[in-house]
Formats: sequence, C-alpha cells, structure tokens
Amino acid sequence: MERIPVLRMGSLLLITIQVDMHDKLALQLQDDVTERISDWGSTGVLIDISSLEIVDSFIGRMLANIAGMSRVLGAETVVVGMQPAVAITLVELGMSLAGVRTALSVEAGMELLYGNAITGSENERTEA
Amino acid sequence: MSVLKREVLPVKTSNDVVLARQKVRQLAVELRFSLVDQTKLVTAASELARNALDHGKGGTMTVETLVNGARSGLKMIFEDQGPGIPSIEDALKDGYTTGSGMGLGLGGSKRLVNDFSIESEVGKGTRITAVRWK
Repeated sequence: MERIPVLRMGSLLLITIQVDMHDKLALQLQDDVTERISDWGSTGVLIDISSLEIVDSFIGRMLANIAGMSRVLGAETVVVGMQPAVAITLVELGMSLAGVRTALSVEAGMELLYGNAITGSENERTEA
Repeated sequence: MSVLKREVLPVKTSNDVVLARQKVRQLAVELRFSLVDQTKLVTAASELARNALDHGKGGTMTVETLVNGARSGLKMIFEDQGPGIPSIEDALKDGYTTGSGMGLGLGGSKRLVNDFSIESEVGKGTRITAVRWK
C-alpha cells in the first residue's frame, strides 16, 4: 500500500508530503505519526509541505489533526515550506491553520523544535 | 461568449478528486492563469469535487475554457444526483456543515472564484457553477 514515510531523526519525526493526498493516505499518516510518537517517544514532528501545490480544507484539517494528536501525546508539530500561492489561497478559503505552528524552511522548523526541546529539558531540571 | 473546450470527468471516488484537480490545473496552465490564480482554481475544484462526493454521493465535473472578447476564463460545473441542499444560504456560511468537515467548502470556494452559483433541489441533486476570469 502507498504510504508517506515517517523518518526518525533523534527526538524528531520528519515527514515530507510529496504526493497528491487522498483520504486513505491522510488517515494512514495520522495513524503512523501517532504510533511512532508513542513507540519512539518523539518530542517534535516536522512536516514539510514545500512540494504541495495546493492545500485544501481536507489537507488543512489533516495537518491540524496531526498537530492536535501529537500535542496530546507530548510532541510539538511544525509545518514548514508552504508555497506563497498556497498561503494566499488557504487564507482566502477561510483557513489560517490556527493552532498549527509554521516556519518558512526545514531549518527554521528544526530550530523551533530543538529550541522547544532545550527549553523543555531546562524546565524539567528547574522543576527537579 | 464562446466555449473553446469542454471535458466531462466522473467524480465517484477519492481518486477522481485528484484527477479533477489535475485536469483543472492543466487547463488553467493552458489559459496562462497566474500561479496564484491556478492555485485558487485548483483549490476550489478540490473543495467542490469533494463536496459532490461527500454530500452528493458522487457526480460529474464539467470543465470549459471560455473566451469572451479579450477575456478568457475557466468554468467548472459540478453536478450530482444526491439529496440536494435544503438551504443554500446556510450551506454558504463558513462553519456550517452537515458532514464531518469544517464547513468551508462552499463559502470558501465562492471566495476563490469570480462567478459562483448553486442550483439545488431537495431529493433531486445539486449543480454548482464556478467561473474564474483571467
């Protein structure tokens, strides 16, 4: 079965969406991400959508769902690489992806997530 | 106003939604729409095709390339024989949904095109027409 790969990089999960999404693929991805977070104890999820030519409300909802599910499991999600034309269209459509953190590039997204991890562990130390 | 090209595609499965998007993209490129306009057209096509599939139990998409004097445009017609829309006014409100979606499909698509109309009869089906001019 067709599947979007979920890669592990240290405490992060990396996902690059390159194919034209359809329902089953989106649901499979939600399953895979939540399972990996739970198996590997990942603290961050980075989703690269730079190859996506459109984001409609279906894909927008999927991104919001993944971010929500991951948060409940203790991992932050950052969506990176949205094309400008996609951003214009998405907002006009009425979706601003509230609740989903975004960054321009994979690098910027990683910085956000690593920043989180560092602050997170410092907090733990202070608490201890 | 004349129609240069007309094609009819089925919208019966989730994969048909992908094919409908690709067809609209291809025609929008042929008409030399800007990248932002192409993106708006393809996104509207995706929303409306999914709407026909999820709420209308599937149907067809007809795409036409239009010429009106010096202007060219792309017209998309989505037809289904589903349950119809009891209140078009409600259906166009953002956040209104009878399914599991976010209720952005119809109102959102309307904002992405220039001309937009819905004809619907309860028990018979729905026809949604959307045009974007260059």
